[in-house]
Amino acid sequence: MKILYFAWMRGKTGIGEEDVSPPETVTDVAGLVAWLKTRGPGFEDAFSDMKVVRAAVNQEFVELDATVGPNDEVAFFPPVTGG
Amino acid sequence: MIRVQKEDFDLATELSALSAGNHNIGGITSFVGLVRDMAEGQHVGAMTLEHYPGMTEKMLEQIEAEANQRWPLEASLIIHRYGRMEPGEQIVLVACASPHREAAFEACHFLIDWLKTKAPFWKLEEKDSGAEWVDARESDEDAAAKWD
Repeated sequence: MKILYFAWMRGKTGIGEEDVSPPETVTDVAGLVAWLKTRGPGFEDAFSDMKVVRAAVNQEFVELDATVGPNDEVAFFPPVTGG
Repeated sequence: MIRVQKEDFDLATELSALSAGNHNIGGITSFVGLVRDMAEGQHVGAMTLEHYPGMTEKMLEQIEAEANQRWPLEASLIIHRYGRMEPGEQIVLVACASPHREAAFEACHFLIDWLKTKAPFWKLEEKDSGAEWVDARESDEDAAAKWD
């Protein structure tokens, strides 16, 4: 599973992109977040306030209950500020 | 048409190209967003726009398709830049061409409102106190929601 982080999410996790293999019990975005948070203080910090975190699966906005699988591209980022 | 690019754009060139050869177009509206030198009372020296390559194009295409579904447009264009820009530089261009002005005005307004809350761009401002990611504004959400 490919994970991408943007803006301050990238700053807090310290990485922009990574390939991960979460346990099979991880089936949705919320589960993935819970698992990612166990991987160190940077991740814990990045996901500490989910009100300011948005997610996309395969480049479409999703809610936390969206399913995720091994071949998905999952991105995490703050609310967008373009324009 | 949508374009995501680092380079600046020329408004006159883009608008001419948009209407070239189509004499059913009665009017073109455009919105150009610029980098300001102040944010919340603090001086901004420059701004860097980051985006999500792939998803950005996808979202801009969806937003443009939605505008074309809602209004009778003859042509439309979204150009959004990324990278580092200084105050006064152009960030974004939205333009709509239609036989009549109402559709062109409304579609242009819609495009920029939706783009601001749905296209994956993030602004990093260089302030005197250091670099700071811009927070999303609730007023932008409200502006986008009025088109729902």
